Amino acid sequence: MRIHRLKLAAVAVGLSTALAACGDAGGDTAGGDTPDVEVQEDAASQFEEGTRMAELAEAGEITIGVKYDQPGLGFKDASSDVPTGFDVEVAKLLAADLGIDPESDSVTWEETISDNREPYLQEGRVDLVLASYSITDERRQVVGQTGPYFLTGQQVLVPADSDVESIEDLRGEDVCSVTGSTSLTNVEDAGANGVPAETYSQCAEDVVNGTVPAMSTDGSILLGLAAQYDGELKVVGDEFSEERIGVGYPQEYPEMCEWINETLTEAYDSGAWGEAFEATLGGDGVETPEPPALDECQA
Amino acid sequence: MAVNAVLENSDLVLVAFGYTLLLFVLAGIGSLLLGSLLAALRVGPVSIMRRSVSVYVTLIRNTPLLVILIFFRIAGPKVGLRFDFVDVTIGEINLNAVFTACLVGLTVYTSAFVCEALRSGINAVPVGQAEAARAIGLTFGGAMGQVILPQAFRASLPPLTSVQIALLKNTTVAGAVGVFEAFARMRSLTNDYTTQTYGIFLAFAVIFVVLVEIVSFLSLRLERRWKVAR
Repeated sequence: MRIHRLKLAAVAVGLSTALAACGDAGGDTAGGDTPDVEVQEDAASQFEEGTRMAELAEAGEITIGVKYDQPGLGFKDASSDVPTGFDVEVAKLLAADLGIDPESDSVTWEETISDNREPYLQEGRVDLVLASYSITDERRQVVGQTGPYFLTGQQVLVPADSDVESIEDLRGEDVCSVTGSTSLTNVEDAGANGVPAETYSQCAEDVVNGTVPAMSTDGSILLGLAAQYDGELKVVGDEFSEERIGVGYPQEYPEMCEWINETLTEAYDSGAWGEAFEATLGGDGVETPEPPALDECQA
Repeated sequence: MAVNAVLENSDLVLVAFGYTLLLFVLAGIGSLLLGSLLAALRVGPVSIMRRSVSVYVTLIRNTPLLVILIFFRIAGPKVGLRFDFVDVTIGEINLNAVFTACLVGLTVYTSAFVCEALRSGINAVPVGQAEAARAIGLTFGGAMGQVILPQAFRASLPPLTSVQIALLKNTTVAGAVGVFEAFARMRSLTNDYTTQTYGIFLAFAVIFVVLVEIVSFLSLRLERRWKVAR
């Protein structure tokens, strides 16, 4: 039973219009305004006592692991306090469902790089991970994963003047990706030399300055980077892997799975998911995809 | 078993340690050569050389290795310092611009330490040796190369070994900036085989212990052999 909705939305829309009138003279840019999220009121009582969700709702605080170097998905630049991107928007929907205002300090955004997502969940350092986290069977043995809330596949990012058309053209060539990511393994499986880097931005930098001829990871991340280096980089080729991006949660709280799925379904139905997509990954000429089908929770 | 991942991917692990060893051996040789030259210059008669080497050593010794590697690897290409003329492939191992940048960084860094280790060795050589060398008509280069440095090497073998062991472990920093050496491979394995993280860590640690033990064993043998000659 989810009644008592606090209609923050209306207020927030009014506010943002007022603010927009003051500052923004250039008209709206792609990915500019993020959708407003309705915060669940009196959330603690909605959940069964003793569940992790009830605990979090009662505490009124949550720590969420996101990426900081993936424009469009999870990105934080030096000057902002809060990361932005699709992963972050979905995370906000989940936080709001626990009655935690995602715009407030009650949500702690923790940077999780590819390598430390499982350890952070196992140590309890983060409560949820939404960090372009591909669902794999191997990972499901140590952490909980559900979703997917987004489907993507690996593509190739090359300099704008490059002749490379797909990953096949890069056999035996250096291709950069992040250390400890599935992308790097896929690159090697495709016959290219993997060049490990600490961050995606470092890879992009290497492609721009010509140290490596290409980088590869999920298409959505590459689109964001290509937009960042406008005119210098381009995304090419078909997707050569299928990544199912899901939500990671600690394995000792299996009850979180049903809740995450319910919240995602709700976001699919209400259009919040679509709005989040349009505000972050969407843009001119990018069609909003159908929400992917969710995996069933293992009881 | 906990280390199945390592066994199943033994070919990848071997290539990774190939990179590690290549970095170690090449930077090891490079740093011994450059370090000896620096040490010779540092005690040499030309004041400007002595001072520049002293600045070099102070600067490099006080800069973290990662900063030096990032300089050659990321800042270098921006200011035109590129190594893209290097493109050698040995089997599965690909020596490219990134590898060379890391190799140069490691060599530059380790040389400063080799230089200091050798300088302590030079100090251990009795002054009479240098005076005698000059008395029989050897030039500075001759005295250094034939009389002083050979004795200095023997005297500074233990610290030189420590420097080289540190270099072997320092090669892992290259894994963070683009060489698929042992450390980077370990991280890709722990990512793919999340259930075997500890086993993978242990396996790589054990291999590193073995490598370091081999280096110290060789050094010990040299030390024993040279002791007699002294």
